Amino acid sequence: MSATRHRPAVDADELRRRVRDLLDAHPPATTDRLDFLRARFDAGLAWVHYPAGLGGLDAPRALQAVVDAELEAAGAPDNDPRRIGIGLGMAAPTILGFGTDEQRQRLLRPLWTGEEVWCQLFSEPGAGSDLAALATRAVRDGDDWVVDGQKVWTSSAHLARWAILIARTDPDQPKHRGISYFVCDMTDPGVEVRPLRQITGEAEFNEVFLTGVRIPDSRRLGEIGDGWRVAQTTLMNERVAIGGGRVPREGGMIGLVADTWRERPELRTHDLHQRLLRLWVESEAARLAGERLRQQLAVGQPGPEGSAMKLAFARLNQQISALEVELLGEEGLRYDDWTLRRPELVDFTGREAGYRYLRAKGNSIEGGTSEVLLNIIAERVLGLPPEPRTDKDLPWKDLPR
Amino acid sequence: MSTPDLLYSEAEDDLRAAVRSLLTDHCPPAAVLAEAESGRAYDAALWRALGAEMGTAGLLVPDKLGGQGATAREAAVVMEELGRAVAPVPYLTSAVLAVAALLGCDTGQPAVARLLGALAEGRTVGALAVPLSTAAGAAAPPAATVRADGDGTLSGQVSGVADAPGADVLLVPAAGTDGYGLYAVETAETSVTVEPLTSLDLTRPLATVTLTGAPARRLAGPDRAGAAIGRALLTGAGLLASEQLGVAEWCLTETVRHTKERHQFGRPIGSFQALKHRMAALWLELVSARATARYAADALATDSPDTPVAVAVAQAHCAEVAVHAAEECVQLHGGIGMTWEHPAHLYLKRAKSDQIALGTPGRHRETLAGLVDLAAPTG
Repeated sequence: MSATRHRPAVDADELRRRVRDLLDAHPPATTDRLDFLRARFDAGLAWVHYPAGLGGLDAPRALQAVVDAELEAAGAPDNDPRRIGIGLGMAAPTILGFGTDEQRQRLLRPLWTGEEVWCQLFSEPGAGSDLAALATRAVRDGDDWVVDGQKVWTSSAHLARWAILIARTDPDQPKHRGISYFVCDMTDPGVEVRPLRQITGEAEFNEVFLTGVRIPDSRRLGEIGDGWRVAQTTLMNERVAIGGGRVPREGGMIGLVADTWRERPELRTHDLHQRLLRLWVESEAARLAGERLRQQLAVGQPGPEGSAMKLAFARLNQQISALEVELLGEEGLRYDDWTLRRPELVDFTGREAGYRYLRAKGNSIEGGTSEVLLNIIAERVLGLPPEPRTDKDLPWKDLPR
Repeated sequence: MSTPDLLYSEAEDDLRAAVRSLLTDHCPPAAVLAEAESGRAYDAALWRALGAEMGTAGLLVPDKLGGQGATAREAAVVMEELGRAVAPVPYLTSAVLAVAALLGCDTGQPAVARLLGALAEGRTVGALAVPLSTAAGAAAPPAATVRADGDGTLSGQVSGVADAPGADVLLVPAAGTDGYGLYAVETAETSVTVEPLTSLDLTRPLATVTLTGAPARRLAGPDRAGAAIGRALLTGAGLLASEQLGVAEWCLTETVRHTKERHQFGRPIGSFQALKHRMAALWLELVSARATARYAADALATDSPDTPVAVAVAQAHCAEVAVHAAEECVQLHGGIGMTWEHPAHLYLKRAKSDQIALGTPGRHRETLAGLVDLAAPTG
């Protein structure tokens, strides 16, 4: 066999062998958590579909499940994907797709191990659904960019070392064309993070004020003025991340209500029974649709169903949590705790019904409002004609504000 | 419980392509309308091509009994395409309900095997003589409204039997002195009257069947008949979800096509957000309807212990999706959607009938309440 033959694709058996080697060299019981995660990354078993040297082995994405199952069975520590979800789900694919070799080498490993938390500096008070209208500006000054502006709804900003940031670099271009994409160091002077208290009483999000923040040009991702296209990668992955993941029957919010129903017959009414059964069916249908999406992804047929999942879960979470408060009756009049808390992640199951009801209101707003997602489905999936856009070709500086 | 396969296999995609191509050629909407008005029970040429020549009539019948030895997964794909075309053929009634009932009898019996072989060939059309509205998944099989007499004849009446007008053989549940049984009756007998009813769904004719001392052959006795009929109703309901999916798919596709072309206020009406959101919402419903229909088909195919839940979920969900899609189709077509010439009404009629067929969504939710331990209030 000649050395110039194609390297055979890494298959499941090969991955299992590599997992065994990793476990032999770094027994989870006696290895420090972070050391284990770094070793796992270096063995190419972090995200197997990533390139070799960057935590992967160029293996089919579907085989990640094999690795995860083996490691879980061996009691290996994990990298807490929920806590570092923004880095994993949004920053990483963007860095992989648009970063230089140097950026990928520097940023991906501590991102994956969770040593460095990421946040996303996209939304602004004046640019939510119309994200491309953003006003945060980045002005070139030698090898640096000087950034000024205000961002909002930034989860994890108070924990983050890094941020992905979009800013306007050319106000003379139409809004989509004058944006560039940067990696912002959250420890730099001029970055100020303030908690933003919300409907639940918590401050899960932040406002971020950027005042004369200097970002070296070497931390730009993609070409100058091409930031909107780069951001599309981030946003697409955001929706996939929201829709992904496998759940058992009654694994979502419906399970909490179903359990209350079973345990407390005195709360039952006929009207609630009908509504509960309808929502149970819809939850199961959404769960199966999620499972079907997962199977499509596994065989390399990603569909547009990711947006569908996000929409379905937003609506269901709102309806189910509303039903739960009503089911609890007198108890539903109470709330568990109004003190300002700073949770690291959203945990619907860790709190009571009133919290779920209020927090679920955000599900149809965060990560793209349901209205915007419906437009995207209508236009990109169904091919319906776009809304007329009067601002598409106007220079950003001439837009009415 | 093993992980269900919710995708379509390559063989299933090929089968779909073949069925769709046949239906595109032989069953365009204008032909469906003409056939429905002809007074004939079904489109015999289409059924010959689809059921006999293509072999779909025998998909659920094992090879050794003269069928194709396929599973509910393949039959579901056929049902999707038939729904998409509102095709006037007795597939659900003969190839699904009648075949599934026979498969629940002792197939070692020559009478059962012979009849299965004939249905599999698609040259004999069978119908299970129960009202089409009979709920699947109920604890007990439907009460027999026909009496089996000691002399081997049946007497009594069954109302609302789907596709009875075109059937050669009826499979009749009847109560005899030794209990419940399933019997075969030839419709050619003079003691059998099949009185067509005017049905809401023009493409799936109903009839009242009256038997007055009709000669019958017993296919299953009290030990098997109830389970055989129960399994047939469960199979029928599970696969009906795929037909409902097909109906909904056509409705959405046509509505999108129409609203892209139709101009009002100087723009295609499909560019108005109020309409776009309604179509996008329908697409969302279709995504989950497809998942539930696939799950029901896979559960039936693998004989999963979760089949009753899978079928109840699929019916409770897909029935509503099909009706919603058909109602939106009529509305978003505006005036033309109300006309006889436009096929939208055929889909609305099929969708609404399918909602009642084999158990309404409400009945399926009730069944589900028992299956997943969500009891109703007492008192």
